[in-house]
Parts: sequence; C-alpha cells; structure tokens
Amino acid sequence: MSDVKVKKEKDPWFSPKNLSLLKKPFNIENPVTVQVLGICSALAVTVQMKPAIVMALSVTIVTAFSNLIIALIRDSIPSRIRIIVQLVVVAALVIIVDQILKAYVYDVSKKLSVFVGLIITNCILMGRLEAFAMANKPWPSFIDGIGNGLGYGIILVTVAFFRELLGSGKFYGMKVIPDAFYKAGYVDNGLMILPPMALMTIGIIIWIQRWKKPELQEKN
Amino acid sequence: MDNLFNLFVRSIFIDNMIFAYFLGMCSYLAVSKTVKTSLGLGVAVTFVLLITAPVNWLVDTYMLKAGALSWLSPQLADLDLSYLSFLIFIAVIAAMVQLVEMVVEKFSPSLYNALGIFLPLIAVNCAILGVALFVQEREYETIGEVTVYAVGSGIGWLLAIVSLAAIREKIRYSAVPKPLKGLGIAFILTGLMAIAFMSFMGIKI
Amino acid sequence: MEHSNKYIFIYSLVMVVLVAVALTIVAVQLKPAQDNNIRIEKMQNILSSVNIPITGVPKGDVINVYNKYIKTAFAVNVAGEICETDAEKVFKIEMANELKKEPAQQQLPVFVAVLDKGDSAYIVPLRGKGLWGSIWGYISFKTDYNTVEGCIFDHKSETPGLGAEINQEWFQKPLFGKKIFDEKGELVSIGIMKKGQPKNEAHDVDAISGGTITSKGVQKMIKDNLTSYQAYFKKHLKS
Repeated sequence: MSDVKVKKEKDPWFSPKNLSLLKKPFNIENPVTVQVLGICSALAVTVQMKPAIVMALSVTIVTAFSNLIIALIRDSIPSRIRIIVQLVVVAALVIIVDQILKAYVYDVSKKLSVFVGLIITNCILMGRLEAFAMANKPWPSFIDGIGNGLGYGIILVTVAFFRELLGSGKFYGMKVIPDAFYKAGYVDNGLMILPPMALMTIGIIIWIQRWKKPELQEKN
Repeated sequence: MDNLFNLFVRSIFIDNMIFAYFLGMCSYLAVSKTVKTSLGLGVAVTFVLLITAPVNWLVDTYMLKAGALSWLSPQLADLDLSYLSFLIFIAVIAAMVQLVEMVVEKFSPSLYNALGIFLPLIAVNCAILGVALFVQEREYETIGEVTVYAVGSGIGWLLAIVSLAAIREKIRYSAVPKPLKGLGIAFILTGLMAIAFMSFMGIKI
Repeated sequence: MEHSNKYIFIYSLVMVVLVAVALTIVAVQLKPAQDNNIRIEKMQNILSSVNIPITGVPKGDVINVYNKYIKTAFAVNVAGEICETDAEKVFKIEMANELKKEPAQQQLPVFVAVLDKGDSAYIVPLRGKGLWGSIWGYISFKTDYNTVEGCIFDHKSETPGLGAEINQEWFQKPLFGKKIFDEKGELVSIGIMKKGQPKNEAHDVDAISGGTITSKGVQKMIKDNLTSYQAYFKKHLKS
C-alpha cells in the first residue's frame, strides 16, 4: 500500500468526505436512534453522568481501533472465519480497556461492572465492522469508528444527564438543585433512577429528533 | 430447592434481561414485529442460554479463576487467568452456537427450520454474554444455580419479546404520532412494560 | 476471496498467539496498579468502619492515614487465641477464603484502631450473601467488645434503590451504639427487623423496605461472622 501512486489518490486526512463520516452519526445516521444499534449494554450505566462518559469513551476507543485493525487486515481475513476474527479483535480490545479502567479509574470500573465486557456484543461494533471497515481503507474506518462511538456516546450522556438531574438532583455528582427547592417541597423523582425511565428517555429523544427531521420517520 | 425456585422466578420477572438490564435490545427491537418470529427467537435464545451458561461457568471455575487450575497441578494455584474471561466466553458462545446449529440441522430438520435462521444472530446477542458475565460476577456456586438462572433469564427474555411483538401487532391500527412510529413507540412501550414488571419486585416466595 | 484450509488454520493460529501475547503483556503490566487499587479500597473501608472521614482523601495519602490510625492487626482462631501477629499478613487475609475453610483452620483478622479521642476500636471484616451475590463489610466495636462503634457494608450486585441501599449511611448509622451481647453475655448479634416488627432497642435496627432479603443477608452475615469470633470476644467482654 506504500507506493506513491496510491498515496496520491488518497483523500487528505480531513477531507469533507472524511469529516462527514464524523458528523453523520450525530444526527441523520445516529447509531442508536436511527440505525438501532447498540442499545443493549449501555443503558444500565446511565444513572449518573460519570460512568456514562467513561462508557462512551470506552466504546469510542474500541469502535475506532477495531475498525482500524479490521480495515488494515481486511484483505487477509479468510471469509469463512470472518465473524470469529472480528469477535477476537473486539474482545481483545475490550479486555485491554477493561484492564486499563481497573488500573486507573477503579471506582468507575466497579460501577460499570459487567457492562464493559458487554461492549463486545454491542451491535455498533459488529455493525460497523461488517458495514464499513470490511470495505473501506483504514483511515476512513478509524474516523467512522470515532464518529459512531461518539454518536452513541452523545445519546448515552444525554440520557444520563436527565436521569441524574431529575433523579438525584445532581450534575456530574454535584448537587445543582438548591436546598431552597427541597425546602419548598420539591422531591427528586425516584422513578428516573429506575431502569424503565432510561427507555422512556430514549423514546422521547427519538420523538424529538424525528419531529425535527421528518425524513427519518417510519412509514407504516 | 426453595432457593432455586426463588432464583428462577426472580430471574424471569424481577431481574428481567430486557426490563432491568436492557440486554439483547438489538434483536429485541429488530425482530419483535410479529409474534411468530419473536417466539422462535425467544425459544432459540433460551435454548442457547441453557447450553452456554453452564459451559462458561465450568470453564470459568476450572480454568480461568484465580487458583482454578490447581486441580491440574498445585504449582498452578497462583495463576489467575480471569483477564481472559471475555475472550474465552465469547469464543465458547460462538463455538456452541455453531455446534448447536450443526446438531439441530442433522437431527431435527423441523426444529432447524424453526430456529435455524435465528441461531447465527444469537452469538452476538448481548443477553447470552450478559448471563455468562452475571454468573461470573455473582459467584454462583453450583451448576444447578447457573442452569436455573440461565433458563429463567431466557424465559424472561422470551416473555418480553413476545409481549412487545403482540402489542406492536395491535398498535399498527392506532393513531401513533408520526415521529414516534416504529422505534420511538417501541421504546416507550418497553418502558411502560418495565414499570409494570417492577410491581413484581414486592413478591416474596 | 476463497482461502485454503491450511491458510485459515495458520491464520487463526497466528491470530490467537498474537492476541494472547498482547493481552498477557497488558495484564502483567497493569497488575500492580490494579492490586494497589484493591488494597487502597480495603484501607478506605477499614477506616470508614471506625468513622474516620476518608472520602476525598487523595489515593496516595490513604496509606498514611491508615498507618496513623491502625496501629496493630492480628488474627485469632475460633478458640479465641491469637494465631498471627504480622500486620501485613493479617491485612492480606481474605474473609471469603477463610470462611470456606474448616473452622479450626480459620484465621480471623482483627484490626485495632486508635481513635482521635484516645480510645481503641476493634474492627472485624464481614462476608456473606445478599439476594444476588456477595455482600461484605467491616464492623467495629468499642473497648467493651460489645457496643458497635461503626460499620460499613457493600455489595456486588444488589437491586439498586432497594437492597443496594445497604452501602448508604442511613442504613448503617442506626447500627452505631447497638450491642451484640445480651446481659447474660450471650451473643445475640444485631437484628435487622422489618418496619413494624417488635424491636429490642439495644440490638435491633430497621430493615430496608423492599429489600428484605438483602437486609436479612446482612443480619445473617453479622451473626455468622461474629459467631466465629465469639470465643475471642467473650474473653475480653466487659459488661
């Protein structure tokens, strides 16, 4: 791949095409609300902002690097064991992330518990590997990974923001609702901390997004 | 016995894979358009869980955990391979799914026709890996507990997907606001069902 | 494109070896940092159980605070005799492993804290089962070996908002000042009673509503663990 001819054909690193790979997942191609990928593992960590942000970053790192690695070796992968190869690459990356979290942000890694491991089966990963990295060059794949990881992260963090604010009156672990409110009779909404409200919050996010962008609405 | 029954009921209703942990949401949302297919997928998930969870537990207990290899030789008592558990679990799941697919195809073509198309989907269903990881985290001690928990979780998942499919079949005739159609309403429905399921939390056995 | 079986085989072999080597390197490199985290967490828990404020103390300083307050640690056996006095070895004892052994072989750690007010407090680790998985904690006693000085509990995977509340202050605080022995010097431990059930003010506290099984798990954990210690405690009990 190193000969000069190929290099000339290459897009510049931040060409408009590559940038759009980064931007699209934030709105019209959001992995969660439009592609319906990767809802699985992560909603359970959206009770507070901090674990949600760590989770979002972990997913972004894993998607970006697994996309990069698979795109690098895509021509050599025997098609019959394609899925297994992808799973092994992803699982190895997740283990590395998990080990790093355990070593440097121990308290957050305890909160995330099994959900770090579940990144492996996060459909975003396999979805992007199959749909993008297997057919594209390493650099665009890497950007695509970052874009999708962040697009997923933004949903995660938004959900966590509302759940933490309304559920425990906090923002990133700090009390933001003044004591005067509580004295006047305001109570934190305990329901927001419980699992069902994570689903509801996503439902509402989808509602708002599709109301703003009618082209995303489903027909039947 | 009491303990196992308790675990069974709890894993179906209270710690439901979908409603409490959101595991297996991708296929849950994608396949829940008709009752028939979702029933097929639900049965397949339960079936695969029944096989993979005990196998993964055995692998974890006798190979990966700190000191787990001491049955091989006392010198290995200090070895802790648990950092490999994600990789091994997913490999076991992928291999078992493949194996199940081949066995079912050979011995029961009718079952294969019913489940076959779902089996490849299942290897990457978060609920399967999720159960393996929960079993590891909660330190279940006997294979009986593990099997009961796995089957219970599978049935819970089946219950969730079939109920959602049944509602979605009916809701087609309702006037859902346009932006909510499809995915949006499915999320809200799941949320409402999850609230309903929370009322099981008070039950005592 | 199609590949031969030989190619596939070699490919998977190379991949497995590469991945295994990479993971082992990472795991070995990060192991000391991870072990250190676990060690510091244990110190934090021990300190919290005697109500020494430790949240917000930077990680590096936890060890200093620990060494300042916890002067001695030893292990006792079920007969109440001291069987290990090396503080470092005692610190490394895991209650979970000890409870699996035969009672006669158990080594039960006791940590002695010297508090700011000059009194000593005796801290013992606890380990038990909640609804879903392990629960554990530390409980400390005043010099009479009877009155609870403080306690801390934590859990692996109890239900959030219900059983998981055992690691909250509102659940732990009512235990402070309760007694574990009755007037006759018999071990009664702490009762965790559902609201409305008759309570003995000296020994019992409220359970978590909706988290009954976890609450009972805590009760059983305290009772079971203290039963192992009771020979040692009775020797020193001042009524």
